[in-house]
Amino acid sequence: MRSFSNTYIFVFSLIMVTIVAVLLSFVSTQLKPLQEMNVEIEKKQDVLRTVGRAENATEAADKNTYINEEFEQFITASYVVDFEGNMLEADAFEVMLNLPAEIRLAREERNYPVFVYSENDGPKKYVVPLQGKGLWGPIWGYIAFEEDMNTISGAVFDHKGETPGLGAEINTGWFQEPFTGKTIFNEAGEFVSIEVVKGGADPSHKHQVDAISGGTITSKGLEEMIIDCMTGYVAHFKELANN
Amino acid sequence: MSTEKEPLLSPKNLKLLTEPLGKSNPITVQVLGICSALAVTVKLKPSIVLAISVMVVMAVSNVVISLLRKSIPPRIRIIVQLVVIATMVILVDQVLKAYAYDVSKQLSVFVGLIITNCIIMGRLEAFALANKPWASLLDGLGNAAGYAVILIIVAFFRELLGSGTLLDIQVIPQAFYNAGYVNNGMMILPPMALVVVGVIIWVQRSRRKDLIED
Repeated sequence: MRSFSNTYIFVFSLIMVTIVAVLLSFVSTQLKPLQEMNVEIEKKQDVLRTVGRAENATEAADKNTYINEEFEQFITASYVVDFEGNMLEADAFEVMLNLPAEIRLAREERNYPVFVYSENDGPKKYVVPLQGKGLWGPIWGYIAFEEDMNTISGAVFDHKGETPGLGAEINTGWFQEPFTGKTIFNEAGEFVSIEVVKGGADPSHKHQVDAISGGTITSKGLEEMIIDCMTGYVAHFKELANN
Repeated sequence: MSTEKEPLLSPKNLKLLTEPLGKSNPITVQVLGICSALAVTVKLKPSIVLAISVMVVMAVSNVVISLLRKSIPPRIRIIVQLVVIATMVILVDQVLKAYAYDVSKQLSVFVGLIITNCIIMGRLEAFALANKPWASLLDGLGNAAGYAVILIIVAFFRELLGSGTLLDIQVIPQAFYNAGYVNNGMMILPPMALVVVGVIIWVQRSRRKDLIED
């Protein structure tokens, strides 16, 4: 094989790296808007699924338009509160996109987004996003509450890379459906959250659901996520329930 | 090097395309690229997408390296190969994120890990550095197809037996479940992918005695 001088090797590397850098940054800037839109559509779809909407998303000819229309139609309001329940001037959707960074702050300093759902001015439902840690990476979810600000009307969870068949089961129906009808405050009005119980929860218990066998750490992570994120809503929820 | 013009699909070139499907299959014979074969084959759809992605990365990097083969300084050739592969993988990843978001979420890290797929690096080093672009393209496509075939066979059995679906469509009728049939949860876990690959290797070697080592 031919031998090459050091200068040649140096120039060759320099040109190669420059070409690659230009190519990659060009493609990245071109595709960025599309990628960000995908993430936004997914969040909107998850919020809608929590209140039992967007069920035809897979069949819709144009999924993005379908989700956007449903979101416009059914999510009638959204706002952000702080730990004490004061209204803040911020965009709820922006805060939700930023949730992974938000949960690193102390609970008292976070912003808490709320999405209000109602169909034809019927009863409202309040959807809040959650973010936490599973076994292998982030997990997140959404819980919708009835107007009593206590009863769960639906819950959706998802994960980045939990073990298939074990922790990954948190995004399946059998795990999520039992949350419906549970309450997060006890009779005395204290915040007790939802306990994820190993070895089977009593279905009539108001604050317990089944954990996943073999997915203990993911189940525990999910339980902590609900406590961690919901604590900040307690003040706001009590205020809403009293009005 | 011979100067006479060789037909584009001469028997020799065709062999580059077909041999990796059987006799020199990258997974079952050379035992390369096993880790992704274990990880993504729970469902058919991500397997097909990964197979296509690997095919694109492999074909393009093979051609690029082959075109540059006379100007790449041997001392930094491994780095050059890595840069070419990494660039292609990032492009594929970006395109998937923009146009096939759901699938890219299922594949998560595995698209990025195409970089470490030994088949690609192996073909660049063993073939593209010493051969013309057209032959390299065929070699890349052939090896990627050999990889794809195994991935899809494994995913077919794992999804069918593990979830009762194919491409997320229910194929095992409800009547079976009513009669007491249950999906095999083991098939979803990585060890069963290894067992399925093992069975494929067994079947292949029992049919082709020349592949059996002593």
